[in-house]
Amino acid sequence: MQFLITVLLDGLIYASYLFIVSLGLTITFGVMKILNVAHGGFFAWGAYLASISIIYLGDNEYNSFLYYFAIFLSAIIVGLFFGYIIERFILRKMYNEDIHLIVLATFGLFWILEDLILHVFGVDPLMPYYPAMELGGIELGGIFQGVYSLTLAGLAIIVAFICWYFLKKTKYGKVLQSVIFDREVSVSMGINVTKVYLITFIIGGMLGALGGAYIAPTISVSPGFAIDVVVMSFAVVVIGGMGSVPGALIGSLIVGLVRAFAVHQAPILELFIIYAIMAIVLIIKPEGLFAPPKPRKI
Amino acid sequence: MFKGILKEQTIQVGIGFVFIVVLLGTFILPEWMSNNFMYGLSRGLAVLGLMILWRTNLVSFGHALYYGFGAYAVAMAQKYLGVTDVFLRIIIAIAAAGLLGFVLGFILRRYREIFFAMLSLAFSMVLYGLLAKAEFLGSTDGMSISPSTMFGFELGRFGLFYFIGFVVILSLIFAHAYLRSSLGHLTTAIMDNEIRVEYLGYSVEKAIHIKYVISACLAGGAGGLMAAALGQVDPDSMVLWSVSGELVFVTIMAGLGNILAPFVGAIFFEFIRTYAYEFAPQAWQMIIGGTLLAIIFFLPGGLWSLFQKINPFKKEKK
Repeated sequence: MQFLITVLLDGLIYASYLFIVSLGLTITFGVMKILNVAHGGFFAWGAYLASISIIYLGDNEYNSFLYYFAIFLSAIIVGLFFGYIIERFILRKMYNEDIHLIVLATFGLFWILEDLILHVFGVDPLMPYYPAMELGGIELGGIFQGVYSLTLAGLAIIVAFICWYFLKKTKYGKVLQSVIFDREVSVSMGINVTKVYLITFIIGGMLGALGGAYIAPTISVSPGFAIDVVVMSFAVVVIGGMGSVPGALIGSLIVGLVRAFAVHQAPILELFIIYAIMAIVLIIKPEGLFAPPKPRKI
Repeated sequence: MFKGILKEQTIQVGIGFVFIVVLLGTFILPEWMSNNFMYGLSRGLAVLGLMILWRTNLVSFGHALYYGFGAYAVAMAQKYLGVTDVFLRIIIAIAAAGLLGFVLGFILRRYREIFFAMLSLAFSMVLYGLLAKAEFLGSTDGMSISPSTMFGFELGRFGLFYFIGFVVILSLIFAHAYLRSSLGHLTTAIMDNEIRVEYLGYSVEKAIHIKYVISACLAGGAGGLMAAALGQVDPDSMVLWSVSGELVFVTIMAGLGNILAPFVGAIFFEFIRTYAYEFAPQAWQMIIGGTLLAIIFFLPGGLWSLFQKINPFKKEKK
């Protein structure tokens, strides 16, 4: 029983965090048909920016409410700044290119963002533990669990709800869906697709940065830690279906729970099993488990 | 298939190029520079494999699977069978990677574009997941490789360099023979229009499968040579997805124009990396990433298109 609770808790927390990161990736792919490797760069930048702000706030004993403000602000700043620069000056010039070239370009950008971190924040690991320490922990079925990690699940639910509301209930969401469905028809209907792309990319970047910023207080933020996250969120997106929001949710739940189970039962299989699932899903249903139906075009 | 192949200009230039590189590397240049040549030639094989795939517009973001598999095959053969002979090593590496490519090819040959890329990525990460966590495979520390021997004698660094040059020349001849055969031409046709190729009575999947196995063999050979040259195999520098990304990067940097391009590109890449690391240890990734973006934007034909502009051997078009 205790084991089950541990696995469930670990898995859910990891899944929430993966969901936030992969949601950004899947939205970017759905709208722009770009597989954004530089997403890992957003993630790392969000984590670093949030870390130094939290450490600054904590060292000077500011109100702890400000930590969360700093986390969200870091995500917004990183998404706006890098999202705008990357989309406006690099990706926008490439939309007619081969899809593989675009992936490579984002790969190059990932390298650049990674190294910029070394220059801006230095090479020492940062440990912004203040928010996690302040919230302390509680006993859940005999297991001690940090409250901060649990709020991560709450954040994931809020993000998922906002995303659902935005896509289904607002005008902009409908515009987005029409662009996903058919770019050219949307253009002919008078939708400013260039602008939609820019905003989508920025929002995708913000979500990636938010994932990094929110997880930062529970880990030690050090150079190169984003490299595993990129490919892990790729796995999530592929399992759920590239471009599908419910897919990202299901995908991250699968990956999170399976990973938690493997970590506790058979650590040797931790990475193997995730990518094995990814491969099996691709073999059986290449579009992913929850891919949006593809429009038939003549 | 191989008839008159030595008279082809590409092969003659290629053999000349390899000879020059090997001579420069063994007699003239200091060791750190000649290492770049040696690694460049070895990794160039994997890049050649990717280039052959790319000619059908299939881009594998997981080719480090075969690269690493070849390297680990060499390590395993040494650990369990005591194989250190360099001929056996390269044969084992190529055979292991080729066999894996043959098996996975049955699945991958049905996939195109981003799904092909993603599935190859998934396969390579499966191997990475196993290697990085398995204690008896050395986990993230990897395994060390003892110096290569040939017929019982220790080969030494120069000997290994000659051997790598020899393997590269053989691969050039083989790759060229393949690309100029009707099977090789077919794959370019597949890129243009698969349905028409099927109407002509060829099996697209079979052609892609063969291409995939060739590509896997080349990458495996590269891994085997690198294992022997570095004396060390580990998952982070041989199987991780960023290694695959590097290989794809070198392919696009080199250009798809010629079978020699991958080797030129790979050597060039080794030099950028060494110099960038030497002079700006905290900015070498930035330099590499910047180079990648610059090549994509300003030199879409890759480095090889520069050579074509100044090529002294260029023949007039008939």
